Amino acid sequence: MIGLGFLYTIAGLLFAAFSLFSARDRKNPKRFGNAAMWGLVAVSFLFGDVLGNFGNGLLVIALATIGGLGMAGLGAPPTTSDAERQVLAARHGNRLFWPALLIPAFALAGTLVGKQLIIAGVPLIEARQVTLVSLGIGVLVALFVAMSWFRTAPLVPVQEGRRIMDQVGWAAILPQLLAALGAIFAAVGLGDVVGAAFQHWVPDAGRLTAVCAYCIGMALFTIMLGNAFAAFPVMTAAIGIPLVVKAQGGDPAVVAAIGMLSGFCGTLMTPMAANFNIVPAALLQLRDRLGVIKAQIPTAIPLLAANILLMYWLAFR
Amino acid sequence: MKLPRPNALFIVLIVIIVSGLIGGLGLTATIEKLGSAFNDARYISIPWIVLPVIGILERFGLRERAAAIISAMKGATAGRLLIAYMAFRQITAALGLISIAGQAQTVRPIVAPMAEAASGHDDQATKDRMRAMAAATDNIGVFFGEDIFLAIASILLIRAFLVEYGIDLEPFQLSVWAIPTAIVAFLIHGSRLLLMDRALKKSSTRP
Repeated sequence: MIGLGFLYTIAGLLFAAFSLFSARDRKNPKRFGNAAMWGLVAVSFLFGDVLGNFGNGLLVIALATIGGLGMAGLGAPPTTSDAERQVLAARHGNRLFWPALLIPAFALAGTLVGKQLIIAGVPLIEARQVTLVSLGIGVLVALFVAMSWFRTAPLVPVQEGRRIMDQVGWAAILPQLLAALGAIFAAVGLGDVVGAAFQHWVPDAGRLTAVCAYCIGMALFTIMLGNAFAAFPVMTAAIGIPLVVKAQGGDPAVVAAIGMLSGFCGTLMTPMAANFNIVPAALLQLRDRLGVIKAQIPTAIPLLAANILLMYWLAFR
Repeated sequence: MKLPRPNALFIVLIVIIVSGLIGGLGLTATIEKLGSAFNDARYISIPWIVLPVIGILERFGLRERAAAIISAMKGATAGRLLIAYMAFRQITAALGLISIAGQAQTVRPIVAPMAEAASGHDDQATKDRMRAMAAATDNIGVFFGEDIFLAIASILLIRAFLVEYGIDLEPFQLSVWAIPTAIVAFLIHGSRLLLMDRALKKSSTRP
């Protein structure tokens, strides 16, 4: 059965290759920092399940120290110049899009038919991971097609991948570390403390006040935690259920659904949601790391106001 | 020797350790919790495996080709392009197809270069603005489309949570209430994109 383990092996081998070529990249003054950083990511993917919790913890501390204190830099893998690319783009034309489109095509096809692939009574792909596994297979097929069409040397994909990976740099590790932060917050019961504080603060006043407190609370707590999923149980238990649903008689389906979407407005405004807001800024080489958030705030705030009104109108029909 | 300047990654590490210690977990348990949570979250980093493919295509001019296609289209503007992309992302996300596009797969190699080419400006500030808007449009499209899909994680989470309060709802009863917000999100962000077009046109040096 193909599952996450298959994807972790691919990712682990890829990061191991990034590490190896980083170590040999003499144009990067911090090459051993890059080699160590991508090497530790490779170890995590390949051996994370046998290291034990404490071993993994030490690995993360090393990883976050190397990345967090700027010990890794920008590698200089061989690639084409801007002028060469203009010529190559004209020569290859729209064929360039095909391998890129193969990846979503496989993800789509795999999602639709992947669960039906059963060999000798055993499903070929782990049911819960069908989309990710199909994406991984799509990547391998697209890689094969691109390498044979453009007749690249075998090491080109690794070097070109490393070029983009180094541009993202330490930001690549931040989303996983923030997931760990959420787990620590849950373990020490931070949510209950904040929830109790909110409940204490919010006066048991009118309907609109209760709706505002819940929606704005969802957005603010998501900004703090970086994840609406983490904010939802706390805010809904503290305000959504007791004040909006029970005291005011709101429809729980509307309240919960729009409450979650109010949390998503918070996700648009916080650097804590690193994989949506900080990683893209690195990936697009923005000079301002908060550039994506600044582009989102003028949509997020009116949308939060709209959510408040929608909940107010729709939950009390 | 110059002291290294810590970035967000290091600060989050410190916050994790301090929170664990203040919360009474103790150093060993904090490190173990950090390790197990990081290990369980490895699936978040899976999408990086697309980089070798995107890298090869960039080497052979994918971004330049994406820009050339848009430049050749009469009437293509950055705002209209991003509105079309947002609609595509919202509709496909509502069908559960979240991973078919994304910041690494589509925004960096295709959508951002197209938006830059359609902006009619060459300066770095406009380029940065177009890239940031492309990334923002991708996020907004996915966030306010995905909850319409029944089997998305957030809908399943809401359902599981409400069951604990004795409220048993079908996923469909929840996901239908994501539709009004999805429409409003499209209207608000779409209006901003049209306003962006007007501002770009006003300051444009191109006829």
